[in-house]
Amino acid sequence: MAEPLLTIEGLRIEATAYPPGEPPRDVVLVEDVSFALEKGKVLGLIGESGAGKSTIGLSSMAYGRGGVRLTGGAIRLNGRDIRLAGSSDLRKLRGREVTYVAQSAAAAFNPALRLMDQVIETSLRHGILSKEAAEKRAISLFRKLGLPNPESIGRRYPHQVSGGQLQRVMTAMALCPKPDLVIFDEPTTALDVTTQIEVLAAIKEAIADTGVAALYITHDLAVVAQVADAIMVLRAGKKVEYGTTQQIIETPREDYTRALVSVRSIDHKEKAEAELVLSVRNVTARYRGTNFDVLKNINVDLPAGQTLAVVGESGSGKSTLARVITGLLPASRGEINFAGRVLSPELRARSKDDLRELQMIYQMADTAMNPRQTVGTIIGRPLEFYFGLKGEARRKRVQELLDQIEMGSGYIDRYPAELSGGQKQRVCIARALAAKPKLIICDEVTSALDPLVADGILKLLLELQAQEHVAYLFITHDLATVRAIADRIAVMYRGEVVRYGTKTDVLSPPFDDYTDLLLSSVPEMKLGWLEKVIETRSMEAAGN
Amino acid sequence: MNPILKLLVQRIALGLVLLFAASVLIFVGTTILPGDVAQNILGQGATPQALENLRAQLGLNDPAYVRYFNWLGGVLQGDLGTALTNGQDIATSMGGRLWNTLFLAFWAAVVSVPLAILLGLIAVRYRDRWPDKVISTITLATVSVPEFLLGYIAIFLLSVTFPIAPSLAMINDSMSLGAKLQAISLPVLVLVLTVLGHMMRMTRAAILNVMQSAYIETAELKGLRPFTVIARHALPNAIAPVVNVVMLNMAYLVVGVVVVEVVFVYPGMGQYLVDHVAKRDVPVVQACGLVFAAVYISMNILADVISILTNPRLRHPK
Repeated sequence: MAEPLLTIEGLRIEATAYPPGEPPRDVVLVEDVSFALEKGKVLGLIGESGAGKSTIGLSSMAYGRGGVRLTGGAIRLNGRDIRLAGSSDLRKLRGREVTYVAQSAAAAFNPALRLMDQVIETSLRHGILSKEAAEKRAISLFRKLGLPNPESIGRRYPHQVSGGQLQRVMTAMALCPKPDLVIFDEPTTALDVTTQIEVLAAIKEAIADTGVAALYITHDLAVVAQVADAIMVLRAGKKVEYGTTQQIIETPREDYTRALVSVRSIDHKEKAEAELVLSVRNVTARYRGTNFDVLKNINVDLPAGQTLAVVGESGSGKSTLARVITGLLPASRGEINFAGRVLSPELRARSKDDLRELQMIYQMADTAMNPRQTVGTIIGRPLEFYFGLKGEARRKRVQELLDQIEMGSGYIDRYPAELSGGQKQRVCIARALAAKPKLIICDEVTSALDPLVADGILKLLLELQAQEHVAYLFITHDLATVRAIADRIAVMYRGEVVRYGTKTDVLSPPFDDYTDLLLSSVPEMKLGWLEKVIETRSMEAAGN
Repeated sequence: MNPILKLLVQRIALGLVLLFAASVLIFVGTTILPGDVAQNILGQGATPQALENLRAQLGLNDPAYVRYFNWLGGVLQGDLGTALTNGQDIATSMGGRLWNTLFLAFWAAVVSVPLAILLGLIAVRYRDRWPDKVISTITLATVSVPEFLLGYIAIFLLSVTFPIAPSLAMINDSMSLGAKLQAISLPVLVLVLTVLGHMMRMTRAAILNVMQSAYIETAELKGLRPFTVIARHALPNAIAPVVNVVMLNMAYLVVGVVVVEVVFVYPGMGQYLVDHVAKRDVPVVQACGLVFAAVYISMNILADVISILTNPRLRHPK
């Protein structure tokens, strides 16, 4: 039998860490990872952030980001070990034998060059194709990947094309020089679910058509289950489990894999009717200097101590709704009733109690905290501002709050940079809680976190709701999160609420078209799910 | 309206407003200088009657704003006034000198801008290795030394010790281009050394900033040569900051050559300005100030315009 295309044996990857205030030391990022990839097959690498999956993916091009060093093992590509190859040998291999599709195509395309010039650059520089042949191939790939106007889209600049389309152009760019292996590094993670399913289907088809081998890197097991032949589960740079896709999904052997497969273990029953804490009536809003309503006649209610999930894709107006409720963007029409009173549309005209009872938690916890303040100062600030607490009393209250978010006393004097992503978000929750609010607006608070960590945050939010009787307006694009914590749901699309009601009602048929599309686009952890959805959709399209 | 056209019109209008403000400042600044122009012209022995007559003749008894608008009206019609000391028309006598200054600045720019950008690219290509360190150290040293000192060092080394270039940069209309270039070689060298460091360091910093971007990694993973990555993928996105610094230095070449012109006795604007400041010839100082302000402002507008044109988002709206 011929040798596989790519064989990795006992791979070890190290980097030098520079912890603040300590001497630099070497850390091992990846240890003892081995796998083999045959021509035309797809291997999924899955794990949380820091699992080393991108690092391993890039190692198959013998590339290390920053100061990353490939210190041990063998990386055999097309029959030769490339781990210690010289830079001119590596240049010949990169782009010719192996190509790369990055997570954020929007950032990975050069904003100053036309798409076509970037797509065919590799083929020209390596002398694989002539300019005419490369452009012809690019256009046929654009067509295969379902891009609109395949003949002319190459003349556009990256900013003139949407994120989902850019991701497909990037796939075309990777396939254009006829490589043996393509590394897909989270190619659909930054996309909306309805776009993700299209890109996923396009990538899968392109892989099958061109017969190229692929490494598919993602944190989403349900996604990789749709495209991969085999899956390797990684954690902290080590292999957890390696097997066929069917075996990993249906009969996982390791506890960690089982946890990934059955993530969203929260079972939340919606609460009974109660007095309203927030009632948004006929709210319409537009940004200054525009003549377009970003919110159109919004009506939603939120009972005290419950959770209203606002679901929608990017650009649907869900974050704008939060800005209107907080007064950052005054509504042009309509009324916001909060805790039995009408809120002024303008932030400046609101009382201190209005401000205190309505708090916010953001998606990016690290940018929502002052990096030069300790956790104690960050949480202590609302205590002093709203309740006048000082000195020992304030420190005691901060400690109580830290206990509530399940972080011990060791954290009070730490800086945000010394916390993990999940801990940072917990501190933000404690800061919001410190004001004793009636309503907390949570804007995509778990989107930047790994699934298991996000799960912990959601559980914490539910516990705090039970203890403090606080209501949440929970903005998210993730339907699994919605199922886990919502009592009521509002589905938003292009500035309007297209579906609103209790969780059971909203998630039960009959659906409106958009909600149906949204719900059916969420990847399920089943083999063949993607084909089934695409088939159903094309049948429906044919029926219409 | 096309967004680029709108931005361009805005910039140019803003430049005109700035130039107007600069003219006010120049006029006010020269008016509040101590001393009496009539007294300066006629000397200490002048009779009060003669002084009074001259003041009336020069319009010095009018209120300041009337004199300002008279002056501005003249300037708008291309009349920069008459020099007090020799009675010559300023526009005529300045014309040739302005051309000489622009000639010197032009050749300094032709040498320094491509050289600075090339050195910046090389410094990025070999960053933190010896070529980068050598380039950075030498350019930092030449920026730090005052230019008059650089001028005298150049004269000492290249005119006295090894006499390969003239120490006096005298040019006139009858000289051929080659002879002129030979004559200005030393002042060009000094000017290049003065502005090179600033531009090279800015190019290096701007490109290094861009080198952090994800699309640079994309380019590296395409297997491109390091210099191709820098020149084709990084430089086009670093043009805006680089152009701004280049234009600041171009303006400096025109406005700031005063000292270098004096050192090499070059018949340009700087020499002209310094001569007439010493003689308290206010109209000449005002006219020079206005020309320098106009050069400075138009260079900066040009930098803005180029920055706008290099932004694909503005050139190709959705």
